[in-house]
Amino acid sequence: MDIIFTGLLLGGTYALIATGLNLQYGMARIMNLANGETLVAGGFGAFWFWTSSQVSPLLTIFVVAPLAFALNWLIYVVVLRPLVKRAKSRGQLEVDAILTTFGLSFVGVGVMLALFGGDYFSYSYLAQPVQFIGETYGLNRVVAFAAAVLLCGALWIWLYRSRAGMSVRAIAVSPDSARLVGIDVPSLSARAFALGGAVTAVGGALVSSFLTLDASTGVIFTLKALIIVIMGGVGDIRGTILAAVLLGILETFVATLIDPGLTLAAAYLLFILILLLRPQGLLGRART
Amino acid sequence: MTARDRRGVTIGVLLFALAALLPLASDSYFLSIGVTIAMYTALATSWALFSGPTHYISLATAAFFGIGTYTTGIGIEYMPYWLTLPIAAVIGAVLAALVGVATLRLSGVYFVIFTLGLAELVRQIITWGQNVSGAKGLYVLTSITEEHIYWQLTGLSALVFLAGFLIWRSRLGFAVRILGDDEEVARHSGIHTARVKVLLFMIPGAVAAVTGAILAPRYVYIEPAIAFTPMLSFQVVIMALLGGTGRLWGPVVGVIPFTFLWEAISGTFPNQTTLLLGLSFLVIVYLLPRGFVGLIEEARGRVSRRGAFA
Amino acid sequence: MTPVLSLRGATKRFGGLVAVNELDFDVAEHEVLGLIGPNGSGKSTTLNLISGALPPTAGTISLRGSVISGLPAQDIARRGVARTFQLVRLLPSMTVLENVMAGAVFGHRRRWGHDAEAQAMRVLDLVGLSRRAQAPVGSLTYIDTKRVELARTLAGEPKVLLLDEWLAGLNPTELEEGIALIRRLRDEGRTIILVEHVMDAIRSLCDRCVVMSSGSKIAEGETEEVLNDPGVIEAYLGVEEPAHA
Repeated sequence: MDIIFTGLLLGGTYALIATGLNLQYGMARIMNLANGETLVAGGFGAFWFWTSSQVSPLLTIFVVAPLAFALNWLIYVVVLRPLVKRAKSRGQLEVDAILTTFGLSFVGVGVMLALFGGDYFSYSYLAQPVQFIGETYGLNRVVAFAAAVLLCGALWIWLYRSRAGMSVRAIAVSPDSARLVGIDVPSLSARAFALGGAVTAVGGALVSSFLTLDASTGVIFTLKALIIVIMGGVGDIRGTILAAVLLGILETFVATLIDPGLTLAAAYLLFILILLLRPQGLLGRART
Repeated sequence: MTARDRRGVTIGVLLFALAALLPLASDSYFLSIGVTIAMYTALATSWALFSGPTHYISLATAAFFGIGTYTTGIGIEYMPYWLTLPIAAVIGAVLAALVGVATLRLSGVYFVIFTLGLAELVRQIITWGQNVSGAKGLYVLTSITEEHIYWQLTGLSALVFLAGFLIWRSRLGFAVRILGDDEEVARHSGIHTARVKVLLFMIPGAVAAVTGAILAPRYVYIEPAIAFTPMLSFQVVIMALLGGTGRLWGPVVGVIPFTFLWEAISGTFPNQTTLLLGLSFLVIVYLLPRGFVGLIEEARGRVSRRGAFA
Repeated sequence: MTPVLSLRGATKRFGGLVAVNELDFDVAEHEVLGLIGPNGSGKSTTLNLISGALPPTAGTISLRGSVISGLPAQDIARRGVARTFQLVRLLPSMTVLENVMAGAVFGHRRRWGHDAEAQAMRVLDLVGLSRRAQAPVGSLTYIDTKRVELARTLAGEPKVLLLDEWLAGLNPTELEEGIALIRRLRDEGRTIILVEHVMDAIRSLCDRCVVMSSGSKIAEGETEEVLNDPGVIEAYLGVEEPAHA
C-alpha cells in the first residue's frame, strides 16, 4: 500500500514532466533530448529563490514558467525551425533533431556547470511528515503531486475543450491538413514547443522540492520522460499519465524491495516489454 | 578489384604499417595519444559502418565497451588473456543482435533512446550484482604494456577497415546502400531489411566489446563507473559524424583532430568538456552535415570542374 | 491451368473505412490485366495488398497456388511480384545502373557480380536507357526516371509486374513512347497488372479489365466489353450526376 501511494505521488510529477515532452514531440514534432536540462534549470530556479529569499517553489513556478516558455520558444524559432525547413524527409528531420537537441542538452549542462558548479543541490521545503492511512509521506511530495495533478488537469482541459487546444491537436494528427483549414502551423508549433518546455520546467521546480538534483542529472529525467511518452503513446495525454503512474509505482517497488540502484534498469525492462508487445503505446490502437 | 580499389588498399596498408611503427619512435605521451586515436578509430569506423548508411544513431558503444572490459576482467581468472578477446567479440555481437531485433523494426528515435540507456542499464545491473556478491571491483594484472595495447588496437582498426572494404563490395553492402536510400524500395526489391540492419549492427557491437577487452589491462582496476562511461558513446558519434560517414576513411579524419582538441580542452578547462561536446553536435548539424569528407569532396569537385573549363 | 495470381475475398479496412471489399479476380499467364476505376476506388490499395506494402484484413492472395498474403513485402518480391510506385521512387545516391542492379541482385531471380550487371544492362537496353547507365539519377528527365523504375522491376525477372499509374504525368509524345514500351513487354509474354487512368493505354494494352468502385469489383471481362458496360460508365460518370440533378 505504502509502495503504491509513494509510487503514485512520484508518478504524478513524472506525468507532468512527460506531458511537457509529449507536447514537444507530439505537437511540435521535435524529440527534445534537452528536455531534462529544462527540468534541471527549473529546479535550479526554485532552489535559488528558496535559498536566497525563502520564496516557495509553488510561487516560483509563476516566474519559471514564463521564462522557460520564452527560452524554449527562442530555441525553437532560432535553432530548430531552420532544421524543419531544410529537412527533405521526416527521417532526416528526426536525425537532425536528435543531434541538435543532444547538442543543446550538453550545452545546457555545460552552462549550468559554469554558473552553479557541479555540486548537488537540495533544500528543505515542507519537509514535514503527513499521515495517511497509517503511513507517513513527505508533505513536499504530496504538495508537488497535487500541483502536478492540477496542472495536468488544466492542460487536458485546454487541449480538449478550447479552440487553441484543438488546433494544437490538429497539428499533432496532420500538419498538412491543419494548414489547409487555416491553422498557422509554424507559429503554433513554436508555441506548443515553448509550452512543453514551460510545463517541464515547472515539473522541475516541483521535483526539486523533494529530490536532489545536480547539473548533469537532466539526462536521467529525459530518459524517463521518453520512456513514459513512448509507453503512453505519442501525443496521447491520458496514456502519458497512465504510463507515468505505472513507472512511478514500478520504480518505488524496485527501490523498496530490491535495490534503489536499479530503478532505471527496471524502467528499461518495462520499456523493452512495451517495445516488443505494444510498440504503438499502452492505449494506442494497433496500426492497420 | 578496380584500379581505384587497388590504390586505396595500397595506401591503407602503407598507412597502417606506418602507424604500427609509432611506439618505436615516440615518448609515452604520444604513445598514449596513439592508443586513444587507435581506439577511437576502431570504434568510430565500425560505428559508421552501421549508422552511416542506416541513419540509426547508436549510443550503445559504451555498453558494448564496458561488457568487453568486464569479459576480460572476469575471464582472465580462468583463461589466457588472448582467449578473452574473441569471447568478448561474440558476447558483443550477440547482445547487439538482441538489441537490434527488439528495436530496429521501429523508428530511429526509439533506437536512440534505447541505446542511450543500455549502458546505464548494464552498469546498474553489474553494480547491483557486485553489491549482492560483496565484490567491489576487479583487478586485471597482466604483463601487457602500453605498446602491446597500441598494436592490438591498431590491428583491430585494420580489421575493421578490411571488414568495411569487403562488406562494401558484398551483397550485404549493396543491400545496406539501397536501404539507406529508400527503405520502402529496398523491401519491395526483395531485401530483408530487418535482417540486414541486425547483421550490420553486430559489427560495432563486436568491435566495441573487443576494444573494451583490449583496454582492460590498461585500467588495472575495473569498476562499473570506469567501464561504462556514457561520454564514450557521444564522443564516438561526434568523431564519426565530424569526419563523415560517406566513406570508409571518413571517421578517422574526425578522430584525429577531435582527439587532440579533446586533450587540449580537458587539459586546460576540464569542466568545459560537456560544453565542447554540445557545441560539436551543433557544428556538425549546421555547418558540416556531411563531415570533413563532404568538405573534401566539394573542394575536389570544384577543382576538377575548374580543371575541365581551363 | 492455375492462374499466376489470384485474389479471393481480399479485403482491406482502415478503421471504419473499407478500402477494398472482398475482391476476387485471377490473372492468367502472359495476360495484361487492367485494374481501373474512379479515383479513390481502391486500385492502389489493391496493388499494395498484392505487393505486401499493406497486409490484407481478410481474404487470400496466391501466386501460382501458394498463398502470399500476409507475407512481408520482401518475401513477396522474392517470390516474383515486382512493382513500380505511383510517385516514382529511385535510389537518389546511386547511378542508373546501380538502381537497376538493385532489382537484379535482390529480386525474384537473384544474380551477383558481372552477371547482375549484364542483366541490368539488358533491361536498360529494353527500356531504351543503356546509354545513360552511368548517369546519376538526379540528372534524368521525368519519363527516364519512370524507365529506370520499370527496369528495376524487370531486372529480377518477376512472374508478375504491378504498374501503378506508370503512364501518369507523361506528355503526349512521352505517352506514345510509354505505351509502345509496355506493348513490347506484353509481346514478350509478361504477366502485368496495370493500374491506369489513360483510356487509350487501357484499350490498346489490356486483354481484360477489372473495374473497381468504392472498394468493390463492379465489372470484369474483355476490355472493350467492360468499357461499354453501362454500369461501368455510370461508375465513372455517376460521380458528376448529382451536379446535373
